[in-house]
Amino acid sequence: MGGLQKKKYERGSVTNYITRNKARKKLRLSLPDFRRLCILKGIYPHEPKHKKKVNKGSTAPRTFYLIKDIRFLLHEPIVGKFRDYKVFVRKLKKAYGKTEWSAVERLRENKPTYKLDHIIKERYPSFIDALRDIDDALCMCFLFSTFARTGKCHVQTIQLCRRLTVEWMNYVVAARALRKVFISIKGIYYQAEVMGQLITWLVPYQFSHDHPTDVDYRVMATFTELYTTLLGFINFRLYHSLNLLYPPKLDSKAECELKEENEEDYALNSECYLEKLSALSASLARMVSSAEEEEAQLDQFPVEGEDMEKLEAREREQKEQEAQKKLFDGLKFFLNREVPRESLAFIIRCFGGEVSWDKSVCIGSTYEVTEETITHHIVDRPNASTQYINRYYIQPQWVYDCINAKIVLPVEDYFLGVTLPPHLSPFVEEKEGDYMPPEKVKIMALQRGEKPAQEQEDEEEEDEDEDEEEEEDDNDDEEEDEEEDEEESEEKNLKKMEKQRSQGKSLQVKVTPGKMKVENPERLEQEEKAEEKRLAIMMMKKKEKYLYDKIMFGKKRKIREANKLTAKRKAHDDAEKANKKKTRK
Amino acid sequence: MEESSGNMRSSEPTAAMKKVREKTAKKRSKEEEEEEEEQIFNFKDKPAGKEEEDEDLSDSEESVFSGLEDSGSDSEEDEKESDDNDDDDDDDVTAVESKQPKQTEEEEEKEEVVGGVTEREEEEKKEDEYEHDSSDEEDIRNTVGNIPMEWYKDFPHIGYNLDGKKIFKPIRNKDELDDFLDKMENPDYWRTVHDKQTGSDIVLSDEQVELVNRLQKGQFGDVNFNEYQPSVEFFSSDVMIHPVTNRPADKRSFIPSLIEKEKVSKLVHAIKMGWIKPRRVEDDTRGRFYDLWAGEDSSILGRHKMHLPAPKIPLPGHQESYNPPPEYLFTEEELALWEQQDASDRKLPFVPVKFSSLRQVPAFSRFIHERFERCLDLYLCPRQRKMRVNVNPEDLIPKLPKPKDLQPFPTTQSLVYRGHSGLVRSISVSPSGQWLASGSDDGSVRFWEVCSSRCMKTVQVGGAVKSVAWNPNPSVCLLAVALESVVLILSPSLADRQVVQSSERLLSGQPEADTSDAAGPVIWSDTEGEELNQGIRLKIQHPKAVHQVAWHAKGDYLASVMPDHSSHLQVLIHQLSRRRSQNPFRKNKGLVQCVSFHPVRPYFFVATQRSVRIYNLVKQEMTKKLQANSKWISSMAVHPGGDHVICGSYDCRLSWFDLDLSTKPYKMLRHHKKAVRGAAYHRSYPLFASASDDGSVIVCHGTVYNDLMQNPLIVPVKVLRGHVITHDLGVLDVTFHPTQPWVFSSGADATIRLFT
Repeated sequence: MGGLQKKKYERGSVTNYITRNKARKKLRLSLPDFRRLCILKGIYPHEPKHKKKVNKGSTAPRTFYLIKDIRFLLHEPIVGKFRDYKVFVRKLKKAYGKTEWSAVERLRENKPTYKLDHIIKERYPSFIDALRDIDDALCMCFLFSTFARTGKCHVQTIQLCRRLTVEWMNYVVAARALRKVFISIKGIYYQAEVMGQLITWLVPYQFSHDHPTDVDYRVMATFTELYTTLLGFINFRLYHSLNLLYPPKLDSKAECELKEENEEDYALNSECYLEKLSALSASLARMVSSAEEEEAQLDQFPVEGEDMEKLEAREREQKEQEAQKKLFDGLKFFLNREVPRESLAFIIRCFGGEVSWDKSVCIGSTYEVTEETITHHIVDRPNASTQYINRYYIQPQWVYDCINAKIVLPVEDYFLGVTLPPHLSPFVEEKEGDYMPPEKVKIMALQRGEKPAQEQEDEEEEDEDEDEEEEEDDNDDEEEDEEEDEEESEEKNLKKMEKQRSQGKSLQVKVTPGKMKVENPERLEQEEKAEEKRLAIMMMKKKEKYLYDKIMFGKKRKIREANKLTAKRKAHDDAEKANKKKTRK
Repeated sequence: MEESSGNMRSSEPTAAMKKVREKTAKKRSKEEEEEEEEQIFNFKDKPAGKEEEDEDLSDSEESVFSGLEDSGSDSEEDEKESDDNDDDDDDDVTAVESKQPKQTEEEEEKEEVVGGVTEREEEEKKEDEYEHDSSDEEDIRNTVGNIPMEWYKDFPHIGYNLDGKKIFKPIRNKDELDDFLDKMENPDYWRTVHDKQTGSDIVLSDEQVELVNRLQKGQFGDVNFNEYQPSVEFFSSDVMIHPVTNRPADKRSFIPSLIEKEKVSKLVHAIKMGWIKPRRVEDDTRGRFYDLWAGEDSSILGRHKMHLPAPKIPLPGHQESYNPPPEYLFTEEELALWEQQDASDRKLPFVPVKFSSLRQVPAFSRFIHERFERCLDLYLCPRQRKMRVNVNPEDLIPKLPKPKDLQPFPTTQSLVYRGHSGLVRSISVSPSGQWLASGSDDGSVRFWEVCSSRCMKTVQVGGAVKSVAWNPNPSVCLLAVALESVVLILSPSLADRQVVQSSERLLSGQPEADTSDAAGPVIWSDTEGEELNQGIRLKIQHPKAVHQVAWHAKGDYLASVMPDHSSHLQVLIHQLSRRRSQNPFRKNKGLVQCVSFHPVRPYFFVATQRSVRIYNLVKQEMTKKLQANSKWISSMAVHPGGDHVICGSYDCRLSWFDLDLSTKPYKMLRHHKKAVRGAAYHRSYPLFASASDDGSVIVCHGTVYNDLMQNPLIVPVKVLRGHVITHDLGVLDVTFHPTQPWVFSSGADATIRLFT
């Protein structure tokens, strides 16, 4: 035969993967540097399909990277910067050790730095790609901007994060891009639609953080480094797309208005501008001062059939969106000092409302409490001390619920001291068969323009509907049972007869008028179909049967969960009603 | 002040000295020149006095260097002090008297001091070289040096003088009582200091006390010293017309420095070689943003295909709200369950909470954790594209022809045959389709009329019947019954006379044949008496228990199965007409479960536990071995066409073999939930049925096409239920009616049912 013996693990899938340690050695980087590089370049491990083959027969748990990825990293200029930095640190240590302060100073001046621009460009070749991946960047920047300026990470990073997030919020206000808001127990979720991309981010509540010890802040800092760069470039581009100046400048008109005497008391001059920007109460300066953007009218294209419907639906949607953008137009809000100012100012301005607050709360308030034209006063305490007559005093949830419902909701449920209706997540889209809380049904009715007068009836109807559904669910099982029951009963009769025959010599002959067996043709047909289906299921292949069973199991579980929720709700409502009755008596 | 120690010895010389000093004191102010003389005199005087005197003088000379304290004391004050002392003496005369000598001593001492001072002053003038000597040493008349004085504790002397003579300690006879008395009586006690080096007591002068006070307060020793003098700046911002120093400039300040040159050239070289880099220009492009995607060209290649973008974080549902609908809140059980569960098993990573207003919402304690975990996910988690099966489950169900179109097949239970008291193991229908025979564990064989469900005849055979088989030849009416180790041939005489006669003929045909085969393991015998009346015509005695009997289609041959592992004698074939038995196999592999004849061709099917073997009876060889892919075959049926076989097995399967296709099953049907006990083909309709322990009979449509290219169509058409499961046994046997699409089933509930 001749020829060389084939060696194991030299061909096949093993050649596509490399373990982490080997990759690290190939790149000649320490583990932290390798980690940083992976984070910056967006390289992640891969799970081979056949682990044992790739792991050369061993089953030990190992992290594998694609060899292509690692080769790609080899050509990264930033790797050289990492090495430079390592050398720099070594030299600096040496200089410190020898107490050569001039050398230390010289070295410090020449500290190697690196830029991430090219990495951003490489990871996101087009702007839309970058925009699509901005969720995490926003979450991270919003988190870092709430950190205290001590320890944990560089002050510059925190300041940069704050600046970028303020810029982002200003953009969203200027573009009126906000779509949904949700107050969760974790923080406040916002969803904006920017250039057709839905972007969701989470902002923590304004409290000081209890820094956990089991979190590696170096990893977070590396991510933040990348994200700040990304967010900066995105902000630049977005501002320019709206003809806004970048870095953002306040409108000259607005700037004059905001000018105050006691500005210096509030903040340093250097920080004052950012603070004014972050107040979100003034509009931004534009490069080309255009009075009002003209609405781009959709051109009409000749279309037929189904496309027509789609087009109509799209048009309707667009109209809705336009309406939503002007949700708070003409409304004037005043924020009491205990409500989250930034969040509320942001969302109110996003939907065209005017907003102000007490001068002592934050810089940038535009009008006083005493202003006559204020329509809504947002208060988050059981009662307000002084009440002006011509304005509503409401709780902050009203604003959020209005935005999610896309209509101005009636304020009655949100007055001070009133038990608030549940705050629903706008991100849940119920499909058929999913559980829908009754509040959502109510809001949907309001959206359709129905009056909420017949609430009670509605609820009752719903209940009935649900009951029916449940019945249907059970029907299948019952049918089967019935068949068996009939047969069994027949047999019982027969047995009884036999017994009687054996006991008494003479049969007790008794003629009872027979009953017409009413055959329900529909039911028969259904039964037939059900049986057909059952028989067909029997003939399924093993694999398909498994899949089918799994799907059906999932469906049944869903139904079960929905039923559970309805039952819980019903029990709760009943308890409430009973309570009410008791209190009435 | 060591003089005193010297002076103590003799008052004489001191007195002389006193005179001298008084003299000098007077003269001091007047003439300075004479001082020298006096000094000379002093020296002259020295030889006159004792040696100690000399010593004194030398000491006093050296006391000049003892520093400030001494210099501060003026003679006048000293005198005054002595005056004071005198006053004191006057005050308490009586008390002092005892101490008189000492007092005088002290006075003398004072005198001495004064004398010393004057001398010193003289010397200061004289010896100018000591002017700058600021040595702060003690009076060193005693030359012991700076040693602990305890060392001289036990000696009468302290050290040695310059001549090497011992310096004796002053005689001290004070004990503690004296000390105390002194303390109480002596008004100067507080300012008395014991000098260890000389062992004498010294009373400090007012001046000295004041000095001590000043020093204790931290003030400067000299009273006249002004601590807050205005400072005169030597170098000031004003340009003076005169240089600070008048020194001429060095030569080296005019010529270039060689060392500097060397240093500079080194630096220049280093810069040239690129070892030293010029200070970097502050790069302010970092952190400055521009339009990165300005030239959005597609020339930059995207990442390779394996790259997957990270999935987004799932959006929050109603339960995450700060004010969720009440149904989303946990009940107590749910909360307990949530707490019990491992963090990875939980459906929700948090507990839903309700707050009545926004201001009550606290910070989320795991916020940083969650962000960090997301970060870890982003760079540590392997990503995989998971194909989501987006299948409508209805599409998975195979499209089969509707059962309605495949009629006729049995659909309903129409008759129940009751009468047996034990489970009915086997049933068989007569070829005419009019009669049904059943064998039960109660030891009887019953004959039923199919249409009326009437039991026509009961034959007690005296043992649990394992198998019954009606002779398929329509021209005879015979039934083979297997019980224990006997196979009985019954003639039920349930047919017209011709048929009965022909069967009689068959049975009695070859009486002489058995003689030739007497040596075989099987004994054929005719029955007599009661048994004959019941219709039992022949008894074929087997060596072992018989489980199954099967007729050949012609009705002359009969096969019986005696399952036994170790034996080669498991299957026997009997020829009825010649009353002959033969063992067709020399060796049997495995446990034979059942056998069957091919309906048309001379083939013989033997089912063992795992496989079905097909033997050609003419060629006497095995033609095929079918692998049933099941653990234990229970039953077998051969299609009337002869090309298809179904096998039921105890592991719930029914396998359909296409003999032309393969030795593997063409189709495995897993319709039953429990062991399949029986299987049967219909003789004319494309139907087959299987009976199982789950109490159901499943009727399937199985069309076999003549076209060899087309596979048989198998569709389950009906699940027939009716039998009651008793002792975990359901339906034990199933058989079709020969002409009608009816199916009979016998069960463990002692009934036989007809489904039409």
